Amino acid sequence: MATTSSMFMYSLSLVPSSAITQAIVGLFAGTKEQFILSASGSRLILSRLNASTGKLVTVLSTDTFSVIRSISTVRLAGSLLDYIVVTSDSGRITILEYIQKGNFFKRIHLETYGKSGVRRVIPGQYLAADPKGRALMIASAEKNKLVYVLNRNVNAELTISSPLEAHKHYALVFALIGVDVGYENPIFAALEIDYEESDQDPSGRAFEELEKHLVYYQLDLGLNHVVRKWTDTVDRTANMLFQVPGGEDGPSGVLVCAEESISYRHMDEEALRIPIPRRGGATEDSRRKRYITAGVMHKMRGDFFFLLQTEDGDLFKVKLITDEEDPSKKSLSIKYFDTVPLATALIILRSGFLFVASETGDHRVYQFEKLGDDDNETEWTSDQFSADSDEPMKPVYFQPRAYENITPFESVSCMNPMTGCRVTNLTGEDAPQIYTVSGLGARSQFKTLRHGLEVSEIVASDLPNYPSAVWTTKKTVADQYDAYIVLSFSNATLVLAVGETVEEATDTGFLTSAPTIGVQVAEDSIIQIHPRGIRQIRASGSLEEWEVPQHRTIVCATSNEKQVVVALSSGELIYFEVDTDSGGLGEYEERPQMSGTVTSLSLGDVPQGKMRSPFLAVGCDDSTVRILSVEPETCLESKSIQAVSASPTALMIMAMEDSSSGAMTLYLHIGLYSGVYLRTVVDEVTGDLSDTRTRFLGAKPVKLFSVTVQEQPAILALASRSWLGYSDNQSKAFQMTPLSYTPLEFGWNFSSEVCTEGIVGIEGQSVRIFTVDRLEENMIREAISLAHTPRAFVQNPEQALFYVGEADYNTLSKASRAKLLADEMSDQDRLPAEEFGYPRATDHWASCIEIVDPIEKKAVLETIHLEGNENICSITVAAFSSQDDESFLVVGTGVDVKVLPPSSKGGYIHIYRFLDEGRSLEFIHKTKVEEPPLTLLGFQGRLLAGVGNTLRIYELGMKQLLRKSQLPKAVPRKLVGLTTQGSRIICSDIQESVTYVVYKYADNRLISFCDDAFARWTTCTTMVDYETVAGGDKFGNVWLVRCPSKVSEVADEEGSGAHLVHEKGYLGGTSHRLDQLVHNFTQDIPTSIQKVSLVAGGRDIILWAGFQGTIGLLIPFASRDDVDFFQKLEMEMRSVDSPLTGRDHLIYRSYYVPVKGVIDGDLCERFSILKREVKERIAGELERTVREVERKIQDMRTRHAW
Amino acid sequence: MADKLRTQQQLEALQSRYLGVGHADTTKFEWTSNIARDSYASYVGHPQMLAYMSVGLGQSREKTRLDFIEKMVRPVGPPPERED
Repeated sequence: MATTSSMFMYSLSLVPSSAITQAIVGLFAGTKEQFILSASGSRLILSRLNASTGKLVTVLSTDTFSVIRSISTVRLAGSLLDYIVVTSDSGRITILEYIQKGNFFKRIHLETYGKSGVRRVIPGQYLAADPKGRALMIASAEKNKLVYVLNRNVNAELTISSPLEAHKHYALVFALIGVDVGYENPIFAALEIDYEESDQDPSGRAFEELEKHLVYYQLDLGLNHVVRKWTDTVDRTANMLFQVPGGEDGPSGVLVCAEESISYRHMDEEALRIPIPRRGGATEDSRRKRYITAGVMHKMRGDFFFLLQTEDGDLFKVKLITDEEDPSKKSLSIKYFDTVPLATALIILRSGFLFVASETGDHRVYQFEKLGDDDNETEWTSDQFSADSDEPMKPVYFQPRAYENITPFESVSCMNPMTGCRVTNLTGEDAPQIYTVSGLGARSQFKTLRHGLEVSEIVASDLPNYPSAVWTTKKTVADQYDAYIVLSFSNATLVLAVGETVEEATDTGFLTSAPTIGVQVAEDSIIQIHPRGIRQIRASGSLEEWEVPQHRTIVCATSNEKQVVVALSSGELIYFEVDTDSGGLGEYEERPQMSGTVTSLSLGDVPQGKMRSPFLAVGCDDSTVRILSVEPETCLESKSIQAVSASPTALMIMAMEDSSSGAMTLYLHIGLYSGVYLRTVVDEVTGDLSDTRTRFLGAKPVKLFSVTVQEQPAILALASRSWLGYSDNQSKAFQMTPLSYTPLEFGWNFSSEVCTEGIVGIEGQSVRIFTVDRLEENMIREAISLAHTPRAFVQNPEQALFYVGEADYNTLSKASRAKLLADEMSDQDRLPAEEFGYPRATDHWASCIEIVDPIEKKAVLETIHLEGNENICSITVAAFSSQDDESFLVVGTGVDVKVLPPSSKGGYIHIYRFLDEGRSLEFIHKTKVEEPPLTLLGFQGRLLAGVGNTLRIYELGMKQLLRKSQLPKAVPRKLVGLTTQGSRIICSDIQESVTYVVYKYADNRLISFCDDAFARWTTCTTMVDYETVAGGDKFGNVWLVRCPSKVSEVADEEGSGAHLVHEKGYLGGTSHRLDQLVHNFTQDIPTSIQKVSLVAGGRDIILWAGFQGTIGLLIPFASRDDVDFFQKLEMEMRSVDSPLTGRDHLIYRSYYVPVKGVIDGDLCERFSILKREVKERIAGELERTVREVERKIQDMRTRHAW
Repeated sequence: MADKLRTQQQLEALQSRYLGVGHADTTKFEWTSNIARDSYASYVGHPQMLAYMSVGLGQSREKTRLDFIEKMVRPVGPPPERED
């Protein structure tokens, strides 16, 4: 069991996977609003498209802790609500309903039908619903099909029958859909191959003659059984089916898409066939045939059409037209529509948008301009082509062009596929940045991620002097927008009037000859607090003054609409209340004396329906914070006191949404001189302070301001960076995120007609007004376009520059393109590759090295294209001691590489010298090796290279690299990765985990001494310490293995290592085995892994980045107590919050290997969204309070990440 | 004897229910075909693996999916000649 592990890690995802594997549209809320539901890794994400901004807004994202295989909608006849059907690896079918009130998915049905896991004969691979919502069919890749009958009971609830079987041995399924037959018995159509005969026939003739069939399965609702109603032979290459509307909307039937053909089929109907047009142009292979890879059928006003997409991304509009006079006469037509990125799902929304869930790279939102009805595009119809699938079709050609029918509107950042990730601090900020390479082909990108909120600046203007503070104020409480901006300088005050323009205002009644300490609107007057007194400016224009006693000044003040408190230089507090009748200020006679100089004060806002805020917080320079009561009976009596670590520079009492209580809670926020920020809960009755949470914001005194963002109260904390504290949309947990903006010195709410929820701030000499538009996205992404698919990247050891090795398979290289274009060049060949892709050619490689500057120029500085059909497979920077430790860029390439079956004509190792501080490269020489070097690494002033399964050490020579030492069969199959510390080298194998190798310098000898008992298809590794390696594999696992300390010591013993060489191997491997410490299934395939610290002053953690764009963390536990606590919590969470799709969480995390030494933080964090009583029960089991549990969960995250 | 019969029946039930449940005379061809078909079904069924392989193969995910299911038809070549 897991409890025996000696090491425990807390696994968290920092950025969830952004790849969309499937997306559907529906009326999930039961209203007319359309929602998009997408499956992304293990998550179900419900989003809505904001029609005015075109932005995709995430409404709900739920981790199902399962492999989502297929999703579909089902709507009962006559209803307006779409249910969600999910098949996953749980072996169960799940029907969900989205409950808008409460924002969650409610599981309505969970029916078990088979074993868990993704298996060949367990249905779930395909899922199809009857368009009228009467039945569902699920199918496996081979043999099994189940049909569920859906119905509704007297309470109008959805009911589901036990499954009906429609199995057929030896049947492989390629596609499955529900046929629209109106209200006749439901029919499902499948594309199948029966391989029984081929499996029995040694001559192979039966295999040659195999046919693919379109099979109609009919569910007889009366007899309650399923029959194979009809079969028809279709094109052998068919891959996809589309539903043709039936009943009153159309002729019913299906479109069968195959290689270069689309045909219409239905029972008792004549088959129709049209070709898929090929691209014309000089660089295109005119013989290449296309497949349809995605598509959508759209119904509108009694008409319908299809948008089908080919592998190139070209969209074609396909129409099926029935002759009005003779309904038996039909024709199919096709024409070019537009080109969008290759999609996994295309969704047409009723608001006139097209959502393209891209297979790779950013997702896109387009707006329809027209539907391609009246344009000059050639249209081909089925009348011109024979319907017989055996008859060859004359190819037809079209010319792609720029957008005509749709316009790009928005792009949704997506890091799938991510091939590299590096966390390092190149900008000298508090926290490191995450640099990633992701994407495919011409849509590849170099992305910089940093933790922060996007800020949109509205105005920034310079002032003649340095302001120290800024306020905004309305003229009366009833006003909607702010009237004045008040700026305080060292010896003056400037008032700006906000109108259509912002300009200086005189005659406002403000005292302008002194600095200001506070501004407040109360009833129908404005209160200005300045060092010498308080001035009240009535709406009528009359002024009232209150003056400070002699020899004293006001040092600090706080106010709300009903109350004002000022602190004098003598340490006295004076309390005023606004008289409700006269609107004047009434002074309270007692003036309590504080123990030291008052540094900060805060009254909370007046709670709704109350006369005053009950508490006053006072911070003194003796490092204390006091809570005083300001209720009439106990006015200015001390309620509680808290000692803090430094003198408090700012206080803020504020009510905010809270996940523990599920309602508004009163918080006291404290900013300290040392840059530490504290948040503590104030008991609303007693004023006691509890549950203090601490965070370091940066080495400057913290200032706090209350602002409104996205209609919720938020806190603006200013230290060396500006931070915003707010409660998370979904979990309501408090979050502190830095703003991606210049550090401010003062900030205040700003509301005007143009910008209702703005913030005004000052920085140096300038005043800035800005807004924060999105709170749900706490990562800032900056992208730089790359030319080809990135395969590997490396950072310059001294400069903030990256070198990206890129290669595209089956793509024409730049040189070949130029050669083809030398003769003729059409308009099409000038189309940008980012949108239209590169011309393709089988077994050709297009490859280049790009120098990326992500900091200064934010651009690619230089691109070096490779020739001779070479492709880059590895890249590193190595310093060679033979060249006075000068660093060189080393690039490994393969020549004429074929992927399947794998073959190549060897490879090269290129050496480049850095010029102009790494901004340019000079080619030195290249060395031929017998296989592509998949991994390279600088090692003790030389170069380590993995060639096939041989590990080599090279020295840099004048003409080529010189082989110095080698270890044949360092790993069993293929060396794909190297890491090193000291003389130890960790070699990872493509299939057989890692092998530890030691280099004996005296003997110039490499000796392997320890390997793994597990076959791990390693993708990435890093050394966590001298004995331990963390890595990831192709099946989606993250693991840690450790070499036994005895073995480790023996390997490093002085001498020649003869004892190592002569040691007897154990079971065909090295003489020792590694111990597994940690193992966890993550679903996403890790492509890079690193030991790093993410926050200022945080401990080291393991960060891994996955292929589908996930960034995950493994946080080591510091104490055994924490481990026990989280283990119990995880166990409780598993039982009360079992995954939505019915997957067993423990078995899911143990997908390939039993989970070991890992506690799932993603599951634990779901604690905050549980119901109050469930939380209390779990907290009770753990013998803690709900607050303590939440605090522990949150601390685990905020101490190491965000 | 009854025990043996029951075992036999249970085995047959398993064989008809699940593909690839072997028997005493399972040939190398059957065994390897089963493994290969299971593997291809798994590659197609796990979205992340399908995507990973598609990027490696330099083609669209749909094409990879089609190729893999197509390979399930005859994953290890024709069956050996029967020796009767």
